[in-house]
Parts: sequence; structure tokens; C-alpha cells
Amino acid sequence: MPVAIDHYLFLSLALFSIGVVGVLTRRNVIVMLMSIELILNAVNINLVAFSRYWGTVDGQIFAIFIITDAAAEAAVGLGIILAFFRNRETVLADEMDMMRW
Amino acid sequence: MDSVLFYFFSALAIASAVLMVTRRNIVHSAVFLITALLATAGIFLQLQAEFLFVVQIILYVGGIMVLFVFVIMLVNLDLSLHLMQFNRMKFVSTILAAVLAGQLFTAFWITRNSLNLGPRGEAMAQPHNTESIAQALFQNYMLPFEIASILLLVAMIGAVVMAKRKV
Repeated sequence: MPVAIDHYLFLSLALFSIGVVGVLTRRNVIVMLMSIELILNAVNINLVAFSRYWGTVDGQIFAIFIITDAAAEAAVGLGIILAFFRNRETVLADEMDMMRW
Repeated sequence: MDSVLFYFFSALAIASAVLMVTRRNIVHSAVFLITALLATAGIFLQLQAEFLFVVQIILYVGGIMVLFVFVIMLVNLDLSLHLMQFNRMKFVSTILAAVLAGQLFTAFWITRNSLNLGPRGEAMAQPHNTESIAQALFQNYMLPFEIASILLLVAMIGAVVMAKRKV
């Protein structure tokens, strides 16, 4: 018996909400970035589920582009975190309050 | 069998996502995120998206998460384990996120029977998943594909510039 598409939507909603809570409540920037990865994954589940139920691969193509974006975002974000850590010796989001020093 | 796999991977994904957000040790968070991503890969496989299954494992788990773990090892402070892990607005933020989730849930719940997606439930057979993805990617989506490569180049240069000691 195949799974109805609503179940994928609800799974994606749950993962998305957990990711939003992670971004909003954690102080550690690395955990915030990981929560963003989780949100992007929730989106991917939606796209692939709709792609399956329409019988085309367009949704999977979009998912590939989203994975590409996630890789780029992780690379640049972690570079920023490294540069910040080198100067301030912390990775807490509420310590990030200046543009230059 | 299909739904058993789906519920197994969903429970795994949601449980490890919750653990990822709530753990104090950041390395544990990373490991639980890897579990969540692997469970998502299982859901892709259950949706018969074999190519994305492999891409998810190789790129996310093998690439992005290794990057995360490297940065955690470079940055990890024993000091930060004893600090407060959640910020001061955590209750407000959690309530706001719950309201957002409730709105989306209500919207999905009301419209769940009006999602009329053609021959729903019948396995839309895509016998050559990788082949059809390649055809779509190199015919209909050629320009976005090239733009994505430029994006990756820009991200690579940006990461190198950011992580360098002296600009």
C-alpha cells in the first residue's frame, strides 16, 4: 500500500518546525547552520514526494539545486565562523555584534 | 512494506532532529544531524529517487557534514559546554515556531483531501531514474545547471577568502 502524499507533507512540516526552533533558540552558530541544513532537507522531501506523485523528475532536479545551494551556504558560512572565531574566540550568536574591529 | 519503511525512516528522522536541536555537546548534534540526513536518504529511496539517495549520502553525509565536523574540531571550546546553550528569548521563539507549525498543520489538515494529484497512490513507475534526471538536467535545465556551477565557484572563492588568515 503506497503512502499518501499528506504523510510526506506532515513529515516535512515536522522537520521544518524543528529546524526553525533550532535556528531561533540555540546560541551556537554552528548548530544554527546545522538547523538550516535540516530545513533545506525538509524542503527536499516535499519536492521529491510531489515529483513522485506527478510522475516527473522536475522536483528531483530542484532538489539537486537545493543540495548545491546547501553546500555553497555551508562552505561560506563555516568560513565566516572560522574567521570570526579567530578574532573573538567564541562561536555564540549573541556575541556577534560588530561588523569590523 | 512501503508504509513500514516510510514510518520507520520518518520516526528516525524526527527523533534525531529533536535530539540534534537539544543536545548540549555540539559533536553529538552533528552526529544526530547525520542520522537525520541518512533517514531522509532512506525516504528518498522509498520514493524511488535512487539518484537523490546516492547524492544525499555522498554530498550531504560525505561532504557537508565532514566540513561541519572539521570546523567543530577547529572551533570546539570546552568552555562553551558549560555556557547557556539556548538564548534568552527561547520560550518566545519556541511559542512562535509552534504557532507557525500549527498554522501550517491546520492548512495541510484542512486541504489534505483536496490534493488531487492524478492517479494518486498508483506507483508512478520511473524505471530509469538516473537516466531521466540526466536528460532533464542537460536539456530543460541546462542554464540553471551552469549557473549552479558559477555559484559553487563563487562559494569556493568566498570560503577560501573567509578562512584565510591574512587577506
